[in-house]
Amino acid sequence: MATPYYVAPEQMMKDRAEYARKGIARGRALVAVEFAGGVIFAGENPSRSLYKTSEIYDRIGFAAVGRYNEFESMRVAGIRLADVKGYQYDRSDVTVKPLANAYSQALGAIFMGESKPYEVELLIAEVSEQPEDGDPGLELYHILYDGSIVDEHRFVAIGGEAEALMGALEQRWEPGLDRDAAVRVSVEALSEVAGRDIPEATLEVAGLDAARPRRRFFRLRDEALTRALGR
Amino acid sequence: MTRRHDDPLAGLPQAFDAQGSSFFEVLRRQAPDAVPELLRTGELPARLRDELVEGTTVLAITARDGVVVAGDRRATAGHQISRGDIRKVFPADDWSAIAISGAAGPAMELARVFATELEHYEKVEGEPLSLEGKSNKLGHMVRANLGLALQGLVVVPLFAGVDPRDLTGRIYEYDPVGGRYRATEHAASGSGSLAARTTLKRLHDRGATVEQAAHNALEALFDAAEEDAATGGPDLIRRIYPIVAIMDADGYRELEDTAVAEMLEEVIDPRRR
Repeated sequence: MATPYYVAPEQMMKDRAEYARKGIARGRALVAVEFAGGVIFAGENPSRSLYKTSEIYDRIGFAAVGRYNEFESMRVAGIRLADVKGYQYDRSDVTVKPLANAYSQALGAIFMGESKPYEVELLIAEVSEQPEDGDPGLELYHILYDGSIVDEHRFVAIGGEAEALMGALEQRWEPGLDRDAAVRVSVEALSEVAGRDIPEATLEVAGLDAARPRRRFFRLRDEALTRALGR
Repeated sequence: MTRRHDDPLAGLPQAFDAQGSSFFEVLRRQAPDAVPELLRTGELPARLRDELVEGTTVLAITARDGVVVAGDRRATAGHQISRGDIRKVFPADDWSAIAISGAAGPAMELARVFATELEHYEKVEGEPLSLEGKSNKLGHMVRANLGLALQGLVVVPLFAGVDPRDLTGRIYEYDPVGGRYRATEHAASGSGSLAARTTLKRLHDRGATVEQAAHNALEALFDAAEEDAATGGPDLIRRIYPIVAIMDADGYRELEDTAVAEMLEEVIDPRRR
C-alpha cells in the first residue's frame, strides 16, 4: 500500500487559493457601481447570450467572473433558494443576506472539500423596497472563491484587473450619480484599464433600479445602451 | 451524483437535469414539506369536505387583438356564501392569466405555484416559456391533483394569454384529470358556466376589440349570476365588481373598478324596467 504523503493544511490552503486566483485573473473583470436609484453591473463580454449578470429575485441581482460553468450553477442555485423562500413566506421576505451566506457556505465547502476550488468571484446586490430619494438602500456583497465575504459600498471591481479598476473608479465615482452617469463611469473605467475603447456590442450592462415596479433587474442593450453612454 | 439533502451544496444544479428549470420540481426536492397537499395527493377527511370553500364562475373570451379573462367574486361553502370579494383571476406572468373555479384553497395554491413556476423558468433559462409550454406545464400540475380530484376536491383552472412571440390570444381549458383543450373562441368553468357559455356563444365576435370582449364577458357573468345561485352578481352597494383582466400586445392588465362599473352600467341598463 502506498503511504499517503503529508501536506500541511497551510500549504494546501495556499496552493488552492493560488490556483483559484490565477484562474479568476485570466478572465475579464466586472464592476458594480452604485447610483442614486440602484446599482449598475458592467463588464466586457463578447457573448450576447452567455451572461455574467442575472436577476435572482425581485430586488436581488447577481454578477460573477471566472469559470462560466461554475458561476452558472451558483446562479441557478441562488434563484432556486430565492424562489422557494418567496413561495414559502412572502416576496418581501426574500433578502440578500441569507443568500450571500448560502453562497459563502457553498464556496467555502467547495474550497476545502472538493478536488479543486471554484474559480469564481460573485457579487450579490439588493436594493431597498422603499428607496429614499437619492439613496437606493443598496446592499452589496462580494463573495470570494474561498467563501470569504465582504460587504462593499459605492463601487467594487472583481476579476482580472480589479485593483487597477478600483483606482480608476475611485477617481470617477461621486455620490448621487444618475443611472446613465453610472454607466458612463463604469465603462470609462473599464476602457481606461483595458487601454482601448470598448464597443457597445461587447459590453454587458445590467443592474437594479429601485424605482421599477416589482422586478427591479434590467439590462441595457443596443439603442438603450448607446443612449445611456451618450455616444 | 446526487447530493444529500443536508449537504450545503444540495441546491446546486446537476448537468442534464431535465427538471432543473422547474420550480415545482425544485420545491419537491428541496422543501418537500412546502409542497401543497393538492399537488402531493393525500387523504381528505370527509368532515372537512363539507366546509370546503368553492369558487364559482370564471370565463375567457378571445378578441381580435388579445384575450379577456373575467371572474365573479363569490365563494360558497355548501349553501353558505363564505366570501363576497374573493379573487379568482390571477396574473400568471406578464402575458397570461390563470382563472380558477372549484375548491378555492387548493386552487389558489395552484395559481401561486404556477406563477412562481413561470417566473422561475424565465430567470433560469433567460427567456420565457411559449404559451403552449405554459399551458402544458399547468396540465401536468392539474394531473398531479388526480388523487384529490377523485375525493371530490376538483380544481379546474382556465388558462389564457397572448404568446409574446406572435401576439395571438389563446385559451386553454382543463379537465380534472389534467386533460388540456384549446378553446378557439371562449371558455367558461365553474357552477355558472352553462349560463355564461350560452351568452358567450351568442355574443362572441371574432373582430371585437378587447374592450368589446370585456363587455361581453361582463354580460356573460351577469347572466350566470342570474341563473346560478353560487355565482355572485356585481355588488353595487359595496362596489365589489368582477375582476376583468385583459391581455394584448401590451401584456397583462386589469381593468380599474371604475372602468368595470361603467361597463356594468351598459350591461344592466337594458335590463331595467
